[in-house]
Amino acid sequence: MTPALPQYLAPQPRKLKVATVSLAGCFGCHMSFLDIDERLLELIEHIEFDRSPLTDIKELGHCDIGLIEGGLCNSENVQVLREFRARCKTLVAVGACAITGGLPAQRNHLDLGALLNDVYRSRPGMTEGSMVPNDPELPLPLNHVHPIHEVVHVDYSLPGCPPSADAFWSFLTDLMAGRTPHLGHGLMRYD
Amino acid sequence: MSFDLETAAAPEGLRRVAIDPVSRVEGHGKVTILLDEQHRVRQVRLHIVEFRGFEKFIEGRPYWEVPVMVQRLCGICPVSHHLAASKAMDFVLGANPITPSAEKIRRLMHYGQVMQSHALHFFHLSSPDLLFGFDSEVNLRNIVGVALAHPDIAKKGIMLRKFGQEVIRVTAGKRIHGTGSVPGGMNKHVSRADRDMLKGDVQQMLEWAQDAVNIAKQLHAQNPAMYDSFGSFRSNMLSLVSSDGAMDLYDGVLRARDATGKIILDGASDQSYLDLIEEEVRPWTYMKFPHLRSLGRETGWYRVGPLARVQNCDIIPSPLAEAQRREFIAWGKGEPIHATLAYHWARMVEMLHTVEVIKDLLDDADILDGDLMASGERRGEGVGIIQPLERAEEAKFAGVEGVAQLFQEQPTGVFNSKQPDLP
Repeated sequence: MTPALPQYLAPQPRKLKVATVSLAGCFGCHMSFLDIDERLLELIEHIEFDRSPLTDIKELGHCDIGLIEGGLCNSENVQVLREFRARCKTLVAVGACAITGGLPAQRNHLDLGALLNDVYRSRPGMTEGSMVPNDPELPLPLNHVHPIHEVVHVDYSLPGCPPSADAFWSFLTDLMAGRTPHLGHGLMRYD
Repeated sequence: MSFDLETAAAPEGLRRVAIDPVSRVEGHGKVTILLDEQHRVRQVRLHIVEFRGFEKFIEGRPYWEVPVMVQRLCGICPVSHHLAASKAMDFVLGANPITPSAEKIRRLMHYGQVMQSHALHFFHLSSPDLLFGFDSEVNLRNIVGVALAHPDIAKKGIMLRKFGQEVIRVTAGKRIHGTGSVPGGMNKHVSRADRDMLKGDVQQMLEWAQDAVNIAKQLHAQNPAMYDSFGSFRSNMLSLVSSDGAMDLYDGVLRARDATGKIILDGASDQSYLDLIEEEVRPWTYMKFPHLRSLGRETGWYRVGPLARVQNCDIIPSPLAEAQRREFIAWGKGEPIHATLAYHWARMVEMLHTVEVIKDLLDDADILDGDLMASGERRGEGVGIIQPLERAEEAKFAGVEGVAQLFQEQPTGVFNSKQPDLP
């Protein structure tokens, strides 16, 4: 007599967990994500947000998708990025800054010390005797602004400054349906 | 500008609590609080943790790049930076005034900007605090929680923001980081099809914007003890007003009132920015501390944003918002309102005004046709100021009113930014 097979529970459909962050970015990618407008109400039937500028969750949980806006301009950006890589199954570089460093990387040809001195000490309109901020609470700026793929493995990239709302929608609905994301005509752009 | 709790007398041995990162705001920041053994607050600071250096790295670039580069300072208020830079460049090029068509299309773009940013701030970012309470369940204290508990309010917020974003798209070419405004004017008109599309929705927006003012007003009326006192502090207030003293979000002159409401600066040209305002640095934040030179660092600091603008102007030049402004002012019973939470109410009054202005501009034939570019004798230097939208304006560590940008011609024919990167 063979023993009865153990009873397995049928898998319950569960919401995908999505975390988002803006590193050295301008929040424009997050805004373009919100530009899915009323489709947001449909999206939240299928996903739930973890740590994100849109929520008050500070500790990153284990997530299905991590959306990274912005490149790396300071030490804290690097630390947060590594946490996201460790806890997100699929990590996405969203927008020009995450992918290439973007406009903030325009400072890469300048010496950081000279740049800080110029901005905080020698520009017109500054109070006499102003000094460069140096409190230990401030993350140290990196000498150069880096794209995120130089530090962690990236699974997908959504190009654009910012990627369009339709690109976000197409990408996320593909992932939710278990398809390999594919950006069709008009959704891939590099402005 | 100093506060009792800015720096603890003896920070050693105090317990540190951090809110890191600050969420549901526009920007990168953290708050640190030092507590003593009796859990009393001894020090509290808002740290703006990001440094970028835009003001330096745009030096030497072609001047026409500046309006599209500096808008990347902020993806929530890109149009404000886009237009502040354009306005500064208009001066540099001697293109003042710009043509009526260009001015009206830029104004339309900017009122769309203020509308979408105000809707975002009130509905997407702040409404969970106001509808559920500051200490409500953390997992629901966000726009998703609002959508579940108050789907009607969430939907109106999403649609109001969408309309503002669409106004930007039809004027700037793109919802975020568009290219419509150029030094000297605009590079496109509004198409008839786009104008008709917006006109089809604007009446609905007007109704929802009035609903939004009523929500903010009712919140105050239901709990005046908290709404009038939470985070309240007295300060000067600075804003732009039009030359006749009316509210103007795109252009005008600088006006400041002291904490009692007395006008202490009026009719000041944006070109006198450096003569009027000095910027100080503190070691614990990358944000600068602007203050009126005439009053100095201890007393010259000021608040900006909707609370300042609604109370600084003599009138809002649109009927529905003006009626709401009067009701707001009456709430203060003859005194200026300094309550931090009153920002929300003032913000919704402004949002109503933006919809009224957008509605009028959509009926103006100049946005469809007419000269777009002006030219003149190059001056070599200019400042552009426009009303800002930062949520940080609600903190004590207020930024300068306006996304001020000053550009100076170099001997080689390129232009230099001379103003700092305002977070």
